Amino acid sequence: MTAALRFQDLTLGYDRHPAVHHLDGAVERGALMAVCGPNGAGKSTLFKGVVGLLTPLSGGIDLNGCRVHDIAYLPQIADIDRSFPINVYDMVAMGLWRRAGLFGGIGRAAREQVHRATAAVGLRGFEERPISSLSGGQMQRTLFARLLLQDASVILLDEPFNAIDAKTTADLLEIIRRWHGEQRTVMAALHDLELIKANFPETLLLAREPVAWGRTPEVLTPENLLKARRMCEAFDTDAAECVQAA
Amino acid sequence: MIYDTFISPFVEFEFMRRALVGTLALALGAGPIGVFLMLRRMSLVGDAMAHAILPGAAIGFLLSGLNLFAMTAGGLIAGFVIALAAGLIARATELKEDASLAAFFLISLAVGVTIVSVRGTNIDLLHFLFGTVLALDDQTLVLIAAIASITLAALALIYRPLLLECVDPGYLRSVSRAGGPAHIAFLALVVINLVGGFHALGTLLAVGLMMLPAVVARFWARDISAMIVIATITGAVSGYAGLLLSFHTGVPSGPAIILVAGVLYAFSVLCGRVGGLLRQAFPGRHLEA
Repeated sequence: MTAALRFQDLTLGYDRHPAVHHLDGAVERGALMAVCGPNGAGKSTLFKGVVGLLTPLSGGIDLNGCRVHDIAYLPQIADIDRSFPINVYDMVAMGLWRRAGLFGGIGRAAREQVHRATAAVGLRGFEERPISSLSGGQMQRTLFARLLLQDASVILLDEPFNAIDAKTTADLLEIIRRWHGEQRTVMAALHDLELIKANFPETLLLAREPVAWGRTPEVLTPENLLKARRMCEAFDTDAAECVQAA
Repeated sequence: MIYDTFISPFVEFEFMRRALVGTLALALGAGPIGVFLMLRRMSLVGDAMAHAILPGAAIGFLLSGLNLFAMTAGGLIAGFVIALAAGLIARATELKEDASLAAFFLISLAVGVTIVSVRGTNIDLLHFLFGTVLALDDQTLVLIAAIASITLAALALIYRPLLLECVDPGYLRSVSRAGGPAHIAFLALVVINLVGGFHALGTLLAVGLMMLPAVVARFWARDISAMIVIATITGAVSGYAGLLLSFHTGVPSGPAIILVAGVLYAFSVLCGRVGGLLRQAFPGRHLEA
């Protein structure tokens, strides 16, 4: 097994306050991994660090030869201007960016791919609809179609099932399983423990510091979860400098 | 009769032809820029920057009189400086960008009017504030046409990152580093279009041919490419109809052009297909699905 990502004593944060503190470990290629933890545990921060939106305060992330372009990242839906006048087709076609870039044309084969991806997430016939008319679930399906087109080897999903109904969640999980079958590395920030236990063999439990990381049943124990909750409550505006960082 | 009203002013008078060419070129560049300003929620930024151009152009005027090159260079420099300074101050302090722009443009307007009044007459001041669309010379026309061409070419280059940065900035950052440069290029386009508009319509009205067509387009289209086309056509129609209105009634031509755009705006607010008032009041019976 080779690692797709390796965290080396990684600390990420904002304004010197760590949000992810001294994380060590490797994500195997082809892993299907949940990142779990209370709000403010650093799940989103970790993903932002991996795609290079945040520079580590200390330590580092080894992408193991994988370029940032090979990582597909689904941020939380709140980052998107849903009132923007653009239709589903164009939104999905953005997934071709890596191939088409700034100026490249989108040929017949690529157009066919856009239609196939749209159909694969159950949105056939929605291509001409403006994104402002979509429901939350339909929007999330659109974003998954875009991820399909990105054809990335590492896929990061930040709370992909927030406020999403059971049917849509099941459909999107099916797509995640397909990625897993294709040996892609998938990391998803999630809150639903039952969903994690049923679908994700590996889990990282994060509470700013890593609490546990390994096979899901061994990570999501009541003791670990309690520990995670306690650790996250402590936030100190006047925190002293970290000794480990020196 | 129709010929006399709608066509002969342009056939008979060269200054009308020049004015028409100038406004059409302006509409071509300013239309798409206005749509992007609106979608980026920067509608008032255009207004602020238009005012900010004034002191630069006024200093050019102070140094070399009504010289196209000096006033254009001054306007461009002032526009870029203000755009950058406002951005920097917003980033470096607690002030939001719109507030710092508001501060800058008020100061700029005061400085500009003062400089022009010291050196020139009231006629000069009117020229600065409201432009001289009926007195466009060859040089100015070439400048306006060049600005329109540069704008369209540059927009074609930065269209994708610009659009993506509006819809989903997080995604753009994860696939490309083009967002920042595209934004700066876009601000530069705003400035050069305002400088072009300044020569024809003056510092107070230049932004009118940019923003009014854009908000009109918002009421008729749900798709950005359609919006750009509608905005450009609206600008062109406003220019043509405004010049005619001014020719037949003696209203000053710059304000006449913006007034026509204003009438189109009022009509769109009332009757627009997308979210117009009448449409909301009488949506028709609801559909099956």
